Amino acid sequence: MTLNMGPQHPSTHGVLRVVLELDGETIVRAKPIIGYLHTGMEKQAEYKTYTQSIPQTDRMDYLSPMSNNLALCLAAEKLLGIEAPARAQAIRVLLTELTRISAHCVWLGTHALDIGAMTVFFYCFREREKVLSIYDQVCGARMTASYFRVGGLSSDIPAGLLDRCQTFVDEMPAHADEYERLLSKNPIWLARTQGVAPLSAKDAVALGATGPVLRGSGVGWDLRKNAPYCNYQEYEFDVPTGANGDAYDRYMVRVREIRQSTRIAHQAIAKIRAMGERGEYRLRDYKYVVPPKEDVKTSMEALIHHFKIVAHGFFPPVGEAYHAIEAPKGELGFYFVSDGTPRPWRMKVRSPSFVNLQTLPTMIEGRLVADVITAIGSLDIVLGEIDR
Amino acid sequence: MAVADPPAALVSTAAAERAARRLAERFPDVTFRRQEGEAVRDLTIVVPASRLVEICTFLRDDPGTEFAMLAWVGGVDLLPRQPRFEVVYHLLSITHAARLALKVLVHEEDARVPTVTGVWPTANWHERETYDFYGITFDGHPDLTRILLPEDWVGWPLRKDSPLGYQEVAFTHNTPGRRLPTPDLTALKPKKVRYRAH
Repeated sequence: MTLNMGPQHPSTHGVLRVVLELDGETIVRAKPIIGYLHTGMEKQAEYKTYTQSIPQTDRMDYLSPMSNNLALCLAAEKLLGIEAPARAQAIRVLLTELTRISAHCVWLGTHALDIGAMTVFFYCFREREKVLSIYDQVCGARMTASYFRVGGLSSDIPAGLLDRCQTFVDEMPAHADEYERLLSKNPIWLARTQGVAPLSAKDAVALGATGPVLRGSGVGWDLRKNAPYCNYQEYEFDVPTGANGDAYDRYMVRVREIRQSTRIAHQAIAKIRAMGERGEYRLRDYKYVVPPKEDVKTSMEALIHHFKIVAHGFFPPVGEAYHAIEAPKGELGFYFVSDGTPRPWRMKVRSPSFVNLQTLPTMIEGRLVADVITAIGSLDIVLGEIDR
Repeated sequence: MAVADPPAALVSTAAAERAARRLAERFPDVTFRRQEGEAVRDLTIVVPASRLVEICTFLRDDPGTEFAMLAWVGGVDLLPRQPRFEVVYHLLSITHAARLALKVLVHEEDARVPTVTGVWPTANWHERETYDFYGITFDGHPDLTRILLPEDWVGWPLRKDSPLGYQEVAFTHNTPGRRLPTPDLTALKPKKVRYRAH
């Protein structure tokens, strides 16, 4: 029997369709079908300046807008050969780690809901709400942040933000305990996740899985450690890994990542505090970066630079660059080909969900239909990023 | 559950250089040209399409390189340059902490590249995406069909001669010949709406 799961199915987290070939309740073959949310972002980027593509990225993995912004900015910075000032980097680290916490909270809540544990959902969304309010205070948007810019940030963080982040980060480990109390030893949870949807380390690597999916299979590869960006080498944190590569291990990895993220966020807050109340939040290289607004109002030079960059965009050198970051879901990278004009000749997005989803058939073939829901959930996919 | 040991090495260009040297030693008969330019930020080697699979298999299996993971594959259209297309492969070695990019140049008249799905199964969807966007055929691919665009889409949207926008969105009711594979919905036929391009 052939069964169509999705594209309208609550457990597919969007518009994923999986064609299942069944023998009784056992899956003989599975084929994910994607593209229902394709909006041609890569094509559109060729008609926009680098900065104009930033809001576009918010809509890719809409659960972690800051990470997407960061990936684009870092790739563009690599192409230009510039680096944002230390303060901007620390703020980027703080905000992307909060993003990781909120993305993992959404994942845990919805994944648990799929499997039948409803309570966790409310707890997780409570914490996610706090992160969204922090975004709101930072940039005025709860989900479509567009806060980072090539060369730094769009503005400095508002007064009082760090205290708010500090409170959140202090409370978060206790909330993670709460989630774990509800799930980690829950017999139903164990039965639904342990040994379900396994992925061996070898398969994970061969299929290109990254992020918690790869680490759940026991491969300790984290770009924050192995290819540090934004001065991640100065932060102390561990990389949790699993052993069996099943849904439970992926769950454990993500919950532990929430704890590690709070650790990193702590250090980032301390770093920003040490740099003072205000500081350099954007590079002062006006060939590529817009001057601060205060200067634009008083200096003619600054006004000219502002006008040039806003009207034309900056002119990168001819060449190409690929930069990847460790987004909540795995390796998120942007590849730019530049022909020297302010618009990229080609922008390619290497989205983690797209690649991770490819492991789905390996996980579920030969297993039961009910496990498909666990498998999709444990992959943590966002279709906006897959279809782009 | 365990916490991974601190990694042995950070991703470095030196590791990529070592891999490139090994490659040149193993294939003395192939001329490897390096992508050059003002701002080529990753080590990129141009390889001939005819030897691609052989080279990739070597890079994956050789203990000195061990590029066990293929990070992504993508196409680039460089119109009006000839050869017009490029297919880019970004390789990742976890054991040696190295990243290496390979490039294959593709002519418009004969837009074919051998598939590397046999080397890295992850190439499957990446190659389908490249086919979908650029119309480059990957010889030997097990399932070379459109992946992000609808199956019956005509054209290759990311080619530079394919315009952006000003095209009607293709639904079943405004595209002759486009049908849903499942039930006849004529009973629910919507009111006739005329869409105009901007």
